[in-house]
Amino acid sequence: MDIQLKRGILDVCVLAAIKDEESYGYKIIKDVKPYVVLSESTLYTILKRLEGANMLTVRTAEHDGRLRKYYKITEVGVKRIEEFKNDWEEIISIYKFVTKEGTKNG
Amino acid sequence: MDKFDFLLKLEDALSGLPKEEICERISFYGEMIDDKIEDGKTEQQAVAEIGSVEEIAEQILKDIPLTKIVKQKIKPKKKLGAAAITLICVGSPVWFPVLISVLAVVFSLYFCLWTVVICLYAVSVSCFGLAVGSLFMAVGEITNGKVFEGIALIGAALLLIGLGILLFIFSNLAAKGVLILTKKMALAIKKLLIKKEEAK
Repeated sequence: MDIQLKRGILDVCVLAAIKDEESYGYKIIKDVKPYVVLSESTLYTILKRLEGANMLTVRTAEHDGRLRKYYKITEVGVKRIEEFKNDWEEIISIYKFVTKEGTKNG
Repeated sequence: MDKFDFLLKLEDALSGLPKEEICERISFYGEMIDDKIEDGKTEQQAVAEIGSVEEIAEQILKDIPLTKIVKQKIKPKKKLGAAAITLICVGSPVWFPVLISVLAVVFSLYFCLWTVVICLYAVSVSCFGLAVGSLFMAVGEITNGKVFEGIALIGAALLLIGLGILLFIFSNLAAKGVLILTKKMALAIKKLLIKKEEAK
């Protein structure tokens, strides 16, 4: 898959994983696992990118005698998910057009 | 490998990166391992699932923009850079006039080349002009009855036209040559600049 496209999809997947409530790294990986396999390194990069784009906020909290980072979606992040949905509708219509052309010529 | 070993090795593999970057990565992977253990895995299992230190370090290096790495590399050499800048500034009374004169010489040589080309064109045009003049004169001489002089003038005119055409062709060739030279010079300068940047 096109790298840019895949990157965008992974970003939205992670945002979707923290959409309803804040979450932490390990839980995010577990939650998206049925759909996409994310390595820890990949998740780190995505979280950093989303944080840089103000799509999520990070807080460190104590958990069971150690520190854990929690990620919470922002309004910008919610907007990004909405954008993705709209983009996708556009892509689907383009896909239909492309496949239709294909059968016509073939 | 236990968690401590893993994180220590990772820290070692990332040693070229900025301190904050290493710190953040280490705590991120530490948290991951802890969460895996909390989820019921053994410490060894949790570490094994994360992957090999080499692979992770490589992936991290791929993700980090080159500029960040270069900045980190340049950092300790900053003082040398300042010294070099000082040296360049102190030396400027020497190299600056030299550079200017070299540029001036190159520019004048280039200008001379174009002057020669323009002269060639001018001579060629005057040949044509003279030929036209000679033809008029020849017509005058013949109508005055001086047939031989007239014919001689027509011959001269033909000679001048031939000379003019030859010179025109030469001028075009010369102009093309100078243009090619210009392009080659521009390319050479660009190459010089790129080399300097690479060396930096």
